[in-house]
Amino acid sequence: MGETILELSYLISALLFVVGLKLLSHPETARRGNFYAGGGMVLAMITTLLLHKDTGGNGISLTNVWIILSAITMGSVMGWIVARRVKMTAMPQLVSLFNASGGAASALVALLEFPNADMNNLGSVLVTILGLIIGSVAFSGSMIAYGKLDGKVKDIFSGIMTYINLLLLVVVVVLSVYIMISGQTPEQLNWVIYLLLGVSLLYGIMFVMPIGGADMPVVISLLNSFTGIAAAMAGFIYNNQAMILGGILVGAAGTILTLLMCKAMNRSLLNVIIGSFGGGGTSAAN
Amino acid sequence: MEQILVYFFTYKEAIFVIALSIFLGIEVISNVPSVLHTPLMSGANAISGVIIIGGIILVGHADTTTLSLELILGFFAVIFGTLNVVGGFVVTDRMLEMFKKKKRP
Repeated sequence: MGETILELSYLISALLFVVGLKLLSHPETARRGNFYAGGGMVLAMITTLLLHKDTGGNGISLTNVWIILSAITMGSVMGWIVARRVKMTAMPQLVSLFNASGGAASALVALLEFPNADMNNLGSVLVTILGLIIGSVAFSGSMIAYGKLDGKVKDIFSGIMTYINLLLLVVVVVLSVYIMISGQTPEQLNWVIYLLLGVSLLYGIMFVMPIGGADMPVVISLLNSFTGIAAAMAGFIYNNQAMILGGILVGAAGTILTLLMCKAMNRSLLNVIIGSFGGGGTSAAN
Repeated sequence: MEQILVYFFTYKEAIFVIALSIFLGIEVISNVPSVLHTPLMSGANAISGVIIIGGIILVGHADTTTLSLELILGFFAVIFGTLNVVGGFVVTDRMLEMFKKKKRP
C-alpha cells in the first residue's frame, strides 16, 4: 500500500516537473511553472521520507527522520536567505553556486553508495561511477564558474591545458575501467574510488578554467545538465523513477538550452568548450 | 558485455523512461524566448536537485548508532541537495518577479 502511494507520488512529481518546465518556457506562465516544479519536489521529498522502504522492507526510523529533517531545515534556511538577499546582478553566479551544491550532493551519494554496489553487476557499478564522475565535475566546474563570475578567479588559458584535460579524461576512463574489470571488492577498491573522485574534481576545474568569463552562462547551463545526468545515475542506483526522469529531463533540456544560448550569442558550443575564444590574448584576434 | 545486456534487461523500463525523457526535455523547451534563458536554466537547476531524494534514502537507512562516514557525509549530501532545491526555486522566482515588473510598466 505504502509503496504504491510512494510510486504514485513519484509519478505526480515527474509530471509536475515536465509541466513546470513547459510553463517555465513561456513568459506569462513562467512563475506558475516554477511553482509547480517546486511543488513536485516537495511532494517527492515528503513521501520519500514517510514511505520509503529499503530492500529488507524497513521504513526510515524516527531517529533518521529527525536527522534528515534537521539537514533539510539547515539547507532550506541557508538557501532561502542566500537566494533572497543576493543582489539582482549576482544571480548567475548564485545559480552556479546552487548547481555546485547539487553536483556535490550527487557525488556524495554515489561515493557513499559505492561500498554497497554489487561488483558482479557491471551495470550497477557503471552508474555509480558515472554518478560520481559527473557529479564531481559539475561541482568543481560550477565552483570555478561561480568564482569567475564573482571576479574571484581569473581566466587562465594556455595551449597546454587542452592536453592536460585530455590526459585527465584518459585517467578517468582508465580508473573507471580498472574498477569495473579488476574483480576486487569495494573495500579493496576504496583508494581507486577516492583517486577517481580527486581526478574528476581536478578535471572540472581544468575544464572551466580556460573558458572566458563572458561564456560563463553557457558553461553553467552545460554543467547544470551534467548535474541532472548525475542525479539520474543516482536514480538508477535506487531504481527511483522520479530521480531518473527528473534528472534526464534536466540533462536533455539543459543541453538544448546550452545550444540555444550559444546560438543567441552567435557561438558554437565547441568554441566555447575548447576555450579558444576565451581567456585574454587569443580572443581578440578572432 | 553480457552483464551490460542483463542490466539493460533488468532496467528496461527505466531505460525507456530515459529515452523518452530525452525527447520530452528537448520538446518542452524548444520554443523558449531568449529572455527566459536564464530563468529556465535556474528552474532546471532546481529540478536537478531531485538528488535530494537519493540523499534522503541514503541517510534514511544509515546506521545511526555510530558516527559513520555514511551518516556524516550523507547529512551534508542532504544539506547540499536542499540548498540546490530551495535556493534554486527561490532564485528563479525572484528572477521571474523582476521579469513581470519590467513587462508591466
